[in-house]
Amino acid sequence: MPGPRPLPATPPTSRRTPAAASAPPPDAAAPRSAGPAPRATLGALRAAALAAVAALAGLPGAARAAATYPQSTFYPHSEVGGLIQSLLNNLLFWVFLIFVVVETLLVVAMVRFRRRRESTGPPEGAHGHTGLEVAWSLAPVAILACIAVPTVGTIFRIGGPAPPGALQVNVVGHQWWWEFQYPQLGVVTANELHLPVGRAASFRLQTADVIHSFWLPGLSGKRDVVPARTNQLWFTPDRAGTYRGQCAEFCGESHANMRMLAVVETPQEFDAWVRDQRQPGPPPAALAARGAQVFSQSACIGCHTIQGVSAGVLGPNLTHVGSRSTLAAGVLPNTPESLGRWLQDPPATKPGTLMPNLNLGRDQIQALVAYLESRK
Amino acid sequence: MTTAAAALPAREAGPTGLWSWAATVDHKRIAVLYYFTAFAFFLLGGVEALIIRLQLAGPGRHVVSAQAYNQLFTMHGTTMIFLALMPLSASFFNFVVPLQVGARDVAFPRLNAFSYWVFLFGGLFLNLSFVAGGAPAAGWFGYANLTSGQYSPGHGIDFWALGLLTLGVSSLAAAFNFIVTIVNLRAPGMSLMRLPVFSWMTLVTSFLIILAFPIITVALILLMFDRMAGTHFFVPAAGADPVLWQHLFWLFGHPEVYILILPAMGIISEVLPTFARRPLFGYPFVVYSGIFIAFLAFGVWSHHMFSVGLGPVADSFFALSTMLIAVPTGVKIFNWIATLWGGSIRFTAAMKFALGFIAMFIIGGLSGVMHASPPADLQQTDTYFVVAHFHYVLFGGTLLGLFAGMYYWFPKATGRFMDERLGSWHFWLTLVGMNLTFFPMHFLGLLGMPRRVYTYAGDLGFNTMNLVCTVGAFVIAVSTLVFVANLFRSLRAGRPAPPDPWGGGTLEWSIPSPPPEYNFAAIPEVRGRDPLWLEQRSGPAERRGARGLRPDAHIHVPAPTGLPMLAALGVALVPAGLIFGLWLSAIGAAVMLFGIYRWAFTPI
Repeated sequence: MPGPRPLPATPPTSRRTPAAASAPPPDAAAPRSAGPAPRATLGALRAAALAAVAALAGLPGAARAAATYPQSTFYPHSEVGGLIQSLLNNLLFWVFLIFVVVETLLVVAMVRFRRRRESTGPPEGAHGHTGLEVAWSLAPVAILACIAVPTVGTIFRIGGPAPPGALQVNVVGHQWWWEFQYPQLGVVTANELHLPVGRAASFRLQTADVIHSFWLPGLSGKRDVVPARTNQLWFTPDRAGTYRGQCAEFCGESHANMRMLAVVETPQEFDAWVRDQRQPGPPPAALAARGAQVFSQSACIGCHTIQGVSAGVLGPNLTHVGSRSTLAAGVLPNTPESLGRWLQDPPATKPGTLMPNLNLGRDQIQALVAYLESRK
Repeated sequence: MTTAAAALPAREAGPTGLWSWAATVDHKRIAVLYYFTAFAFFLLGGVEALIIRLQLAGPGRHVVSAQAYNQLFTMHGTTMIFLALMPLSASFFNFVVPLQVGARDVAFPRLNAFSYWVFLFGGLFLNLSFVAGGAPAAGWFGYANLTSGQYSPGHGIDFWALGLLTLGVSSLAAAFNFIVTIVNLRAPGMSLMRLPVFSWMTLVTSFLIILAFPIITVALILLMFDRMAGTHFFVPAAGADPVLWQHLFWLFGHPEVYILILPAMGIISEVLPTFARRPLFGYPFVVYSGIFIAFLAFGVWSHHMFSVGLGPVADSFFALSTMLIAVPTGVKIFNWIATLWGGSIRFTAAMKFALGFIAMFIIGGLSGVMHASPPADLQQTDTYFVVAHFHYVLFGGTLLGLFAGMYYWFPKATGRFMDERLGSWHFWLTLVGMNLTFFPMHFLGLLGMPRRVYTYAGDLGFNTMNLVCTVGAFVIAVSTLVFVANLFRSLRAGRPAPPDPWGGGTLEWSIPSPPPEYNFAAIPEVRGRDPLWLEQRSGPAERRGARGLRPDAHIHVPAPTGLPMLAALGVALVPAGLIFGLWLSAIGAAVMLFGIYRWAFTPI
């Protein structure tokens, strides 16, 4: 390897001569074309700021339209959701206030102190004001205290035990569907949760494979389901209706297709639903009977439970699948056409699904559809 | 002043040719290597983003399959963080820090080259996964147990883990280098409280790197043992808790985001004073807040885990620590605005990006504060609200800051100006594009759209906003093309730039543009912060009887050598062999040991 290389005989000096050093060369070096003139720049900025405020002001109104945004977190319908919402309102208040104040200061600084004449000479020495710096360090602390106190209060309120007499629901996350069990009521179902309005629901959250997250935005915040651990969540729904939810922790190929529905109904409707779920189901007629035969002679029985027929636990319980409004974890509406499409090629609807394509014939699918739809 | 196409000031011809780049140990050339490599990865990550946005432009689209989409978002995040933003920051550390501290190079020039080559080989290895069985598809934070062999068969996760382990070597080596450089090689008179803020932030970032990267190194090694050697560190069936991965990852991951933002904050702290013609307001506060952030960075990690169910006590602790870290982060903004106050602001392209940084970082920081409240975060986490937050701080923050640095130091590095008109177009297109892309995501998240979904139902009200985001992404793409055009045009035919085109106050502006290989003919003596401004105010040293600045008679410059590149190749082959065959690891180890041995016994 060569040794140190010799330099040219007279290294150029990097010392600046006094003449060159006296004034920074802003104009000699000033770019001839600096883009849009500063005045136009600021005018554009002002216009943009006004437009943004107008847009933001209009948005809460839109968010209020729950029908347009069925999975919205604004205005959730439970007391837990309400606690979260009031924290969010508190946060949004401070955040908007700080945003307006600080961005305004920035814009004012840019407008007021833009270069108006050639600056001569270098900037002066140290620049600071300890009192001001202390003040603007303490002010954020004070604001954060206004956020921290209700935050900690809410953490303990929603993290505590469910109210006594709560309806117990065990949730098991699977790749890529939700299992719901009601241990007090002897009901096992999938993807569609029914809850009585006005009664606390207490959820035990588990998973059969990887981490998922149970999230019904219109009712409460989310909670992960983690292997080898049981998490808790509770809330009391206060308005009847249908709430949409989705898995909210990336869990593999069809994470986007792991959706769910929560039907909050009157106690009478809920009791009726429970009764129906507990029945083995009406005996099938004609085509449906043929479908029952196809079912019990196919690989279906290895993964699915139909009460009195099969006891598989790898896939959703199908005892009352005909009573649900969606299929495949909220991805398809529960109609004969959709069910037929699902049975024909499950991975086409839900990539990566563990349900294989059984290569069923058309008449087999027709019979199965009749049978499954009859299981109300 | 001569016109744009005129000849540059005459200087001695540097070494040319491919080998001169392969064997360089000059920090300025290594900076250029980092820059172009990182920028290429940035374009790659950008293409991945555009495909993602095409897929999400409407509900139920089929631009890519679910599995391809999951690979794309994983690689987009991993590429942007580890292969674009961090190395772009490294390119600035490399170019600027020795010049600012008055040194002729970094403390370990060959280790510096080694860091670059390991980065290049690691980045290539990671992207090799696309054509070698599939890219990783478990997200940039790869949660266990999805990343186990059972749920992520194939080699995607292996490429991810081994690639990150390789890149960690590069980052650690560079961090040690810069710490020693800043601590040991400062010019006489440059006490730490006279160090330019960019160099300060480099020092703090380097400490963050050496404390945080070992944690992810451990986590990745445990994961690889699970995947390749049958251990059960993260296997629930064997009694492990997958949340352990999350703790280890975020103990690294949170300091990592400060590693990503502090260099850009350092750049802003240089650009704003120069173009406002006022020194940085409250230099000590800005420095101390950077240090305070680095300490606190290790105490907030579980704010990424508020939905995991850690319990109210843990959630409360991390909520409070996270709110606390917002304070030093926020006060920097006040210091920057105060720097402008009373100044005389010149809106060059660099300054526009610096001001844009402040405006966008305010938004990103505020959405971060919103996440700090765990119950509220239970509606925000894992939704597009978080995606909005981190893109505002990383794109609106780090990237805008890096662009400000590019326009600021390009004349110093090349002796040419970048075109200011194109720079202005670049700025406005970027500002409009990024707000179009990421602002609606705040609403999408709060309206119920989770993240990492390859598609969404068409009746949830997400359709129009997603389309707007996609349009915005293409505006960003156009703005990037404008920049690339400006970059190449300016390299070839930009207007010649003098040593001090902007009237800066720090030492790099006292030497020619571009600097000679040895940087300083005579190591300057520093008498205060912003030494050039100090000199201009009070006159050069000689008039005040201080030590004269005699050019040194003989300057030793480290010799170029290909050994760091060779050793880096060996380092990259060792993990590659775990996928392609242990014979490759053996070759890699031999090459690495040979390279290091020869390097160790070669005088610098």
